[in-house]
Amino acid sequence: MTRSVIPVLTVIAAIIAIWYAATIFLNAPFERDQAERADTTITFAEIIPKTMAQERPVLPAPHQVAQELWKTTVRTRITSKRSLIWHAGITLAPTLTGFVMGTLLGILLAVGIVHSRVLDRSLMPWIITSQTIPILAIAPMIIVVLNAVGIQGLMPKAFISTYLSFFPVAVGMVKGLRSPDVMHMDLMHTYSASKSETFWKLRWPSAVPYLFASMKIAIAISLVGAIVGELPTGAVAGLGARLLAGSYYGQTVQIWSALIMAAIMAGLLVTFVGMIGNAVNKRMGVRA
Amino acid sequence: MTSVIKTEHLDLTFQTNDGPVHALKGIDLDVRKGEFVSLIGPSGCGKTTLLRVIADLETPTGGTVAVNGMTPTQARQNRAYGYVFQAAALLPWRTIAGNIAVPLEVMGIDKATQKARIAEKLALVDLTGFEKKFPWQLSGGMQQRASIARALACEPEMLLMDEPFGALDEIVRDHLNEQLLKLWAKTQKTVMFVTHSIPEAVFLSTKIVVMSPRPGRIHEIIDCDLGPDRPLDIRESARFLEIAHRVREGLKAGHAYD
Repeated sequence: MTRSVIPVLTVIAAIIAIWYAATIFLNAPFERDQAERADTTITFAEIIPKTMAQERPVLPAPHQVAQELWKTTVRTRITSKRSLIWHAGITLAPTLTGFVMGTLLGILLAVGIVHSRVLDRSLMPWIITSQTIPILAIAPMIIVVLNAVGIQGLMPKAFISTYLSFFPVAVGMVKGLRSPDVMHMDLMHTYSASKSETFWKLRWPSAVPYLFASMKIAIAISLVGAIVGELPTGAVAGLGARLLAGSYYGQTVQIWSALIMAAIMAGLLVTFVGMIGNAVNKRMGVRA
Repeated sequence: MTSVIKTEHLDLTFQTNDGPVHALKGIDLDVRKGEFVSLIGPSGCGKTTLLRVIADLETPTGGTVAVNGMTPTQARQNRAYGYVFQAAALLPWRTIAGNIAVPLEVMGIDKATQKARIAEKLALVDLTGFEKKFPWQLSGGMQQRASIARALACEPEMLLMDEPFGALDEIVRDHLNEQLLKLWAKTQKTVMFVTHSIPEAVFLSTKIVVMSPRPGRIHEIIDCDLGPDRPLDIRESARFLEIAHRVREGLKAGHAYD
């Protein structure tokens, strides 16, 4: 236990130390400016505490972000619009919806690609092209187009998550469904097994480890998709809205706490998918 | 005794990027019911390819091949044979019992019959009690025995074995050879056995087919009349060494050592 705790704590301590150093470095010019305007001189020792207590710092200090997080999660009612947990919940719904849709779409595409040469040739280039378009460019279009046909709220954001998350699942599952070795495929042939029997008894179980690996990536980018989807909607609610509102009013502390919240959420979601993956692998006889 | 496998002027040419490769040329072979036939020869002599043609895993480009009087495809669909590969090729996510169940599931056999059949085949290869183990919990030799049980699961008349013990050490190999002989005596199956070990071929077979490479062809067919009762130390007997010598001479004459 201690063997894994010590390296982790060391890294965290290093990050916080670098963060504080950067805070001083980035926020000091503002303090020097202030001093100059007031026609006073200020020593470096005097600057340091001031750089960590600014209202709108270039880079907020870790403890400022921590205080903001504490205030907006623990000290605020969850139902309040000031609660970061409430905003996280708003973002979580399209993240999960988009993740489920993206995973299903990815699996479906992979099954088609593996079983049909025509689909392999025709679909794969489009799948890859779809990911070369910056999501920031296409997200507003999706929102506008769907709004025109009367779809609002959760679904447009979920569609953006789907757009991002189907890709790793499709690519991973194509690889996974093709992973059975020749000997196993020959074996199924000697049994005169049908395509669907070969799929369910051989291809699908072989692909399960690939599925969970790609689902871990998919759920993280689903969250990114949902946040990006909140930016063009006028930023009413959700973590994306907090980011946007924060940047409107120069509330860097708010932006950073929303970022940290998104990171925590992504971490939890990936861990959750990983845990399900481990449980499934264990059931499938993987050596513990 | 009836013919189980009969090939006439069998040819198989692979088209590769470096031009055609004659994997098999003019193969005439007649295997009778209950025989134990070994195919021996150096790498590239087409012994595995011949086995794969019989199993309908490769399609010949010339000549005829009949398995139980049918085409290989019909024979495969009738489950005429069980195939044992070089590696055990067990599915890692299934238990030993689950692995043996795969061919039975494909056949559509009901659960109760499956269970009885699995128990019977595991007993045959001396693996009773290992039903619930996963493949990685078994040694290499035990895994290969499980794969033999799997090949026997759908009650085929014939076993096709492609260097099944090639990846195992000699001690395990000797033991499995003995067990295979007992199994053969008990079940009276026809066995086609690919190997490149001379002692293994002589110890197991009733008939040894010596093959030579480029193009893959049959050089000589040697009868191996050691009788049904073969303890391990028969390998030191004069008759055994004589047959082994003939096989070696056959391989030499067929340019196997070039």
